[in-house]
Amino acid sequence: MSALAPTPAGAGPDRKAASPARGTVIALSRRPQPRFNLKRIGIGLAQSVLPPLVVLALLVGLWQLLCSAPDASLPSPATVWEQSRDLIVSPFFDNGSQDIGLGWRVLVSLQRVAYGFGLAAIVGILLGAVIGQSIWAMRGLDPIFQVLRTVPPLAWLPLSLAAFQQAGPSAIFVIFITSIWPVIINTAVGVRNIPQDYRNVAEVLRLNQVEFFFKIMLPAAAPYIFTGLRIGVGLSWLAIVAAEMLTGGVGIGFFIWDAWNSSRLPDIIVALVYIGVVGFILDKLVAFAARIITRGAATN
Amino acid sequence: MTAYLKLDHIDKHFDRGGSRTEVLKDINLTIDKGEFVSIIGHSGCGKSTMLNLIAGLTKVSAGAVLLENREVNAPGPERAVVFQNHSLLPWLSVYDNVNLAVTKVFGATKTKAEQHDWIMHNLDLVQMAHARERRPSEISGGMKQRVGIARALAMEPKILLLDEPFGALDALTRAHLQDAVMEIHARLGNTMVMITHDVDEAVLLSDRIVMMTNGPAARIGEVLSVPIPRPRDRIALAADRTYLKCREAVLKFLYERHRFVEAAE
Repeated sequence: MSALAPTPAGAGPDRKAASPARGTVIALSRRPQPRFNLKRIGIGLAQSVLPPLVVLALLVGLWQLLCSAPDASLPSPATVWEQSRDLIVSPFFDNGSQDIGLGWRVLVSLQRVAYGFGLAAIVGILLGAVIGQSIWAMRGLDPIFQVLRTVPPLAWLPLSLAAFQQAGPSAIFVIFITSIWPVIINTAVGVRNIPQDYRNVAEVLRLNQVEFFFKIMLPAAAPYIFTGLRIGVGLSWLAIVAAEMLTGGVGIGFFIWDAWNSSRLPDIIVALVYIGVVGFILDKLVAFAARIITRGAATN
Repeated sequence: MTAYLKLDHIDKHFDRGGSRTEVLKDINLTIDKGEFVSIIGHSGCGKSTMLNLIAGLTKVSAGAVLLENREVNAPGPERAVVFQNHSLLPWLSVYDNVNLAVTKVFGATKTKAEQHDWIMHNLDLVQMAHARERRPSEISGGMKQRVGIARALAMEPKILLLDEPFGALDALTRAHLQDAVMEIHARLGNTMVMITHDVDEAVLLSDRIVMMTNGPAARIGEVLSVPIPRPRDRIALAADRTYLKCREAVLKFLYERHRFVEAAE
């Protein structure tokens, strides 16, 4: 679908009408419109923001109630705020080696995800294109992929460590291998669904393989590819935390493991919120890119 | 005079799972340069297959397609196709859809500026220059088909193949486009082969009408010349004796001698 920018009602024509000669007449009719718009925007915001805020407040309240007993095994929100305030209020402090803000840690993790997922996207789209084009590649590879894609991220880690002998590349490989499957499978389906009409156009024009890939295949399969990428980025964010827990380093995943080992439960809770929010933003980013890039590709 | 396009003893069958479907049997046809030939027949008679054979999108089972005495067995821009459902790429603007064809065909021989002029020239031919920045989803069915024609013309084809180009359009739009095609044919003198199931369209546009028998194993039943001088005007023709006679001949062929039987499969 083409998502065209909606024209804000009112603002444009109204300003033109405001000629100084007729100021007195227009003054009354001009004021209600922007106010009405502001109100509409306000209502829209309230409708989308208020309900989650209310639910969040209720949940935190409930949590506080449940965990405020002196013998509670988990920290209450108040305890979290007291003990981990520095982590919450300043994400980017840097006191040397392991004493740094969660923002820095998230950035390190994001960098790993960028390598692993970027690689998975490129390899996945290429492999998916080959598989989608060739019925025999599909028959041969699809069952294997369907089995491999169910292997959990952590299960790859020992093999990965053994193969690369280093924590950094192993973590990136785990992200790669976790997030590549949905990209491959969705791209293959997208390529298989390219209408014969487009293929005929390509044939009449005698497009070669490379031209066909860039000019027909990628745009035609883009909606499918982005579905795969969106699932993939989610999986890679799942994998980074798991991988960093074991490989160590500076990332957010290792931070959780470290906090657990030194019994800093409030810190873990803060880190969970960070991970959740970043994962949410990643998902929305890919969705946004998909909306921009696939404009018009789905409609015919 | 040697034929420009020649279909020489063509057979076409499809094999699927051990069973063979005969689609076309012993097709012989020669088409001269600049001629407008329509192929008409009931649905399922293989007329689209025949166009795909000429386009090279489908391979012949026996026989050969000869263009200027050279065999063609693969698609190419010298046999441009106007597809039934326009087949514009929805992610490209009108201009870019034509541009795709122009850069591919003339990328090596024309400069960028010449390519641009050529694209605009072809969009002008079909009166679509005003919509060059629109995407296919933003223009009407008739406009899409115009762009499809512009894209095909922009390949500067030796033969323009039209596969039921106006089938999906309403009657008024169809009339407009038929006039546009006639005008282009008059101006450029292209050789055109058109698939249609519309008798009036066939008579109005064609120099000759190729009538197909029913499938399976369809053959060319009859070839009718339409000796009406050009330019033709649809309103004047409505009462023209030659026009009416041609129309009657095609109707008789289709509905008396080769009546479509649904159970013929």
